[in-house]
Amino acid sequence: MKTLRLVWIYPDLLSTYGDRGNVLILERRARLRGIPVETVEVKSDEKVPADGSIYLMGGGEDLPQTLAARRLLADGGLHEAVRAGGVLFAVCAGYQMLGHDFGGSDGATVQGLGLLDMRSARAEPRSVGEIVADVDPALRVPRLTGFENHQGQTQLGPRARPLSRTLLGVGNGDGTEGAYQGKVLGTYLHGPALVRNPGLADLLLRWATDSELPALPPEAETLSGRLRDERLAAVSTAAAQ
Amino acid sequence: MDNSYRAGGPGRLPMRAKFATTVGGAAAKVSRLAGRDGSVISGIVGLRLEPELLSMLAQGRHIVLVTGTNGKTTTTRLITAALKTLGQEIASNSFGANMDAGLTAALSRQPDAQLAVLETDEKYIPATIRATQPKVVVLLNLSRDQMDRAAEIWLLARRWREALENAPGTRVVANADDPLVAWAASGASEVTWVAAGQAWREDSWCCPHCGSHLYREGDDWNCHECPNRRPPVSWVLAGENMIDPSGQTRPIELALPGRANRSNAVVAMAVADAFGVKVPEAMRGLVTVTSVAGRYTQVTRNGTDLRLLLAKNPAGWLEALDVMAPDVPVLLAVNAQGPDGRDTSWLWDVDYRRLRGRPVLVGGERRMDLAVRLEADDVPFRLVNDLDEAISLARSPHMEVLANYTAFQQYRAVVGRTE
Ligand SMILES: [Zn+2]
Repeated sequence: MKTLRLVWIYPDLLSTYGDRGNVLILERRARLRGIPVETVEVKSDEKVPADGSIYLMGGGEDLPQTLAARRLLADGGLHEAVRAGGVLFAVCAGYQMLGHDFGGSDGATVQGLGLLDMRSARAEPRSVGEIVADVDPALRVPRLTGFENHQGQTQLGPRARPLSRTLLGVGNGDGTEGAYQGKVLGTYLHGPALVRNPGLADLLLRWATDSELPALPPEAETLSGRLRDERLAAVSTAAAQ
Repeated sequence: MDNSYRAGGPGRLPMRAKFATTVGGAAAKVSRLAGRDGSVISGIVGLRLEPELLSMLAQGRHIVLVTGTNGKTTTTRLITAALKTLGQEIASNSFGANMDAGLTAALSRQPDAQLAVLETDEKYIPATIRATQPKVVVLLNLSRDQMDRAAEIWLLARRWREALENAPGTRVVANADDPLVAWAASGASEVTWVAAGQAWREDSWCCPHCGSHLYREGDDWNCHECPNRRPPVSWVLAGENMIDPSGQTRPIELALPGRANRSNAVVAMAVADAFGVKVPEAMRGLVTVTSVAGRYTQVTRNGTDLRLLLAKNPAGWLEALDVMAPDVPVLLAVNAQGPDGRDTSWLWDVDYRRLRGRPVLVGGERRMDLAVRLEADDVPFRLVNDLDEAISLARSPHMEVLANYTAFQQYRAVVGRTE
């Protein structure tokens, strides 16, 4: 079987909070299905390889986010990979960077990567807290649960589709959360978003392997299932109070 | 800068400030009688009556401010212990109340103390520098902390730097091995550089000045795109030893365990030196510190010797895992209440693989988050509901307990406060 290649983009600039979790969950769920997997960490002074299967981008502060966008535009490797059908998954600051532009630290508009048809601006107040959202049924991913912590508002253009509709939390700011376009997917669920959402991890793996995946043995899903249930129950209790 | 130690004191406080400290002190007494910790209440009440109270109380005193993501409380205790050899009264906020109300309370509690060593929250350092005009500011380290309440660290570093650029009489004692700290400290006019080490590097791969990738080899670091590089150091942590500015090497004798505390000790020594305390005397002070607000406390419960470790973020957990005795069972506990940060994402920044091969127990209100994390690192563990269940499952003469803030306080309440 072909080795699945995970490419973590710029962990030196874009890894503020638990972003490694997404790499670890993808590795684990691939291995449990017998798919050989290797991970490449690309530092911001290195060239982005164009032959990866799944590219990951994490969160970052304003300045590192601006620097990362500038370097990725100059490098071109990520754009080449996406044109060739590579999967791209980005959270938080990484998600904002995928649009045509986003709001930088001093209010200036910063050019984004243009890989998702959307624009982001800074918004008050900061959105911090648990988020729950129902995913576009076409993607066959269960309800999302996560934590958001961002100061952005994102408006999608006609070519990008909302990833989900929020039940709790802010997300894009208009009742939708995240976006996808082809095999490029972004979300405001920050940090290790795939941990509580293994279904989203499996979507990325399906896209990358171009095939349906066998289910995991139930004991491999027990703990993450309990964590999901606990978090969803905790926010519904909080909402009921 | 060198005001006489006798200048200032409460005798010179304006009437309104005197009233504010008196009323504040009374409020603290009432609060203690009501069974609450009175360490902050007097400051809150006092500041409401006189917003300038902190700067009034600071006037004429020699103040040391201690800040950083990790080690503030311990280093504050170590510096205080080292300076005690001067034989003077020292004011300090030894209960970790480190924002303006806590600092105000600490100073008003000890109106005659001419020296003050104050742990200060990272975000409050710029305002506290302006209010207290400190003699020394200690910058330990800067790394990712609870993101839902802590500020972003590049932003913090910039604010520290700006505040120090505007504090010409202040000496900074700073860790040269932490690039973010070093960049912030170089805004100051006088810096004592300490090679205090940096175990956690995930937040300093890029140049804080220009954003380029930093080149790091051993403890050395430099930027290829701008002149930013590690400054020359005068105090050095070298394994179990310390090298002082004269080049003399001495073993560091401490009752507190681990690399991070040896690092804190060298910093404390550099601060003591700024007050004229000789190294051997300072060292005698440091060894008297055996536990800090319950941290590192050793207690026996149900026949098992427990050691309680508190760590609140990835860098803290990395250092704590390093402290643990080999092969001893470990209880890890995580909560996500307000003071812990409500977001448990940080658990994914810690590498737990070093725990493989020893019994691991997992507790706390967010134990499922930790369980999924350990599963991803292939670390076998058992879930427990409380401390006693962990003790009975471990069936061992010793157990290490590592918890984040409120989980630690819950366990500490169970074993009883020992100080
Ligand atoms: Zn530079």
